[in-house]
Amino acid sequence: MEQINTSALPDIIFMLLFFFMVTTVLREQDILVEQKIPQSSQLQKLQNKTLISYIFIGKPKNTGLYGSEPRVQANDVLISTPEIVQWVNQERDKLAEADRGSITISMKVDKDVKMGPISDVQTELRNADARKVLYASIGKIYED
Amino acid sequence: MSNEINAGSMADIAFLLLIFFLVTTTIASDKGILNFLPPKQDPNVPPPDIKKNERNIFNVLINANNDLLVEGEYRRKAEGLDEEFKSFILNFGAPDEEAAALFNSLPESLKSQAQRRPDSSDHPGEAVISIKTNRGTSYAVFLEVFDNAKKAYFDIYAERVGITADEYRALTGDDEASKALQDKGKEGIPMAISIAEPDKIGGN
Repeated sequence: MEQINTSALPDIIFMLLFFFMVTTVLREQDILVEQKIPQSSQLQKLQNKTLISYIFIGKPKNTGLYGSEPRVQANDVLISTPEIVQWVNQERDKLAEADRGSITISMKVDKDVKMGPISDVQTELRNADARKVLYASIGKIYED
Repeated sequence: MSNEINAGSMADIAFLLLIFFLVTTTIASDKGILNFLPPKQDPNVPPPDIKKNERNIFNVLINANNDLLVEGEYRRKAEGLDEEFKSFILNFGAPDEEAAALFNSLPESLKSQAQRRPDSSDHPGEAVISIKTNRGTSYAVFLEVFDNAKKAYFDIYAERVGITADEYRALTGDDEASKALQDKGKEGIPMAISIAEPDKIGGN
């Protein structure tokens, strides 16, 4: 009986391995707040990733240090709500001049957050004139 | 004695590494529900006094206990709201000339949904879905209602141009064909979802 030649198998596996090693992006940001992203059905995907800035809202993971009230994280620090305007302006300055008007804020909000803090953040975003907002969400399957 | 190293287990080692990376990779996704916030309000200019007939506004209130009040009716769950939104938008209770033309341009499947109830919206151009929450309302419930409102509009847009809602949402508007399709779906039926400032109950 003839056996299949498997000497090329390691090469194939290595190719796959390299593919995943190259595509893996290790998270460069430490998320300091809890992030259980809610589900919804009407998801849209944004085309231009460079225009997106992320804001994380949730209960701090380290409640001893930051308390148990929901906090806002931008970049890798927790900021207070009034600092959002300044942060948006910094993010906007990083973009090319022509794109500054179309900055998009992706709000990654934990499920358990109440509407109060979210509305405060949105008021600040309006003050900063960053009015395109994406409520980050993951897909839901409807059983119908 | 052969002086070659046995490479038979190489595949196993590579497999282990492969599985490790497979498990740890999370493909970043930028998916979510888009919303455009209203412009900043000038404190010196009073908010415009918009007179709208009550029948043209579909009110959804969500309180701090996450109970819903849909057009004055108490409800526990948001399920099924999308269908109600849809029949509200497509009611065509009292269409003006423009809206009558719009109605005639709709496919049969949408026309048949016009119930022409006198206590519901005049026509899609006037219809507004209003979502109001308390500060103590859970974000998850708000997003569910908002999602339902979006679904109603996307379903209508997609049905109008004869594609599925998933296909319609995936339209990028980058090239002419998809932009034309997008505009054709939206024309005359603006996505009017108003999110009111939450009031102070149940939060801080």
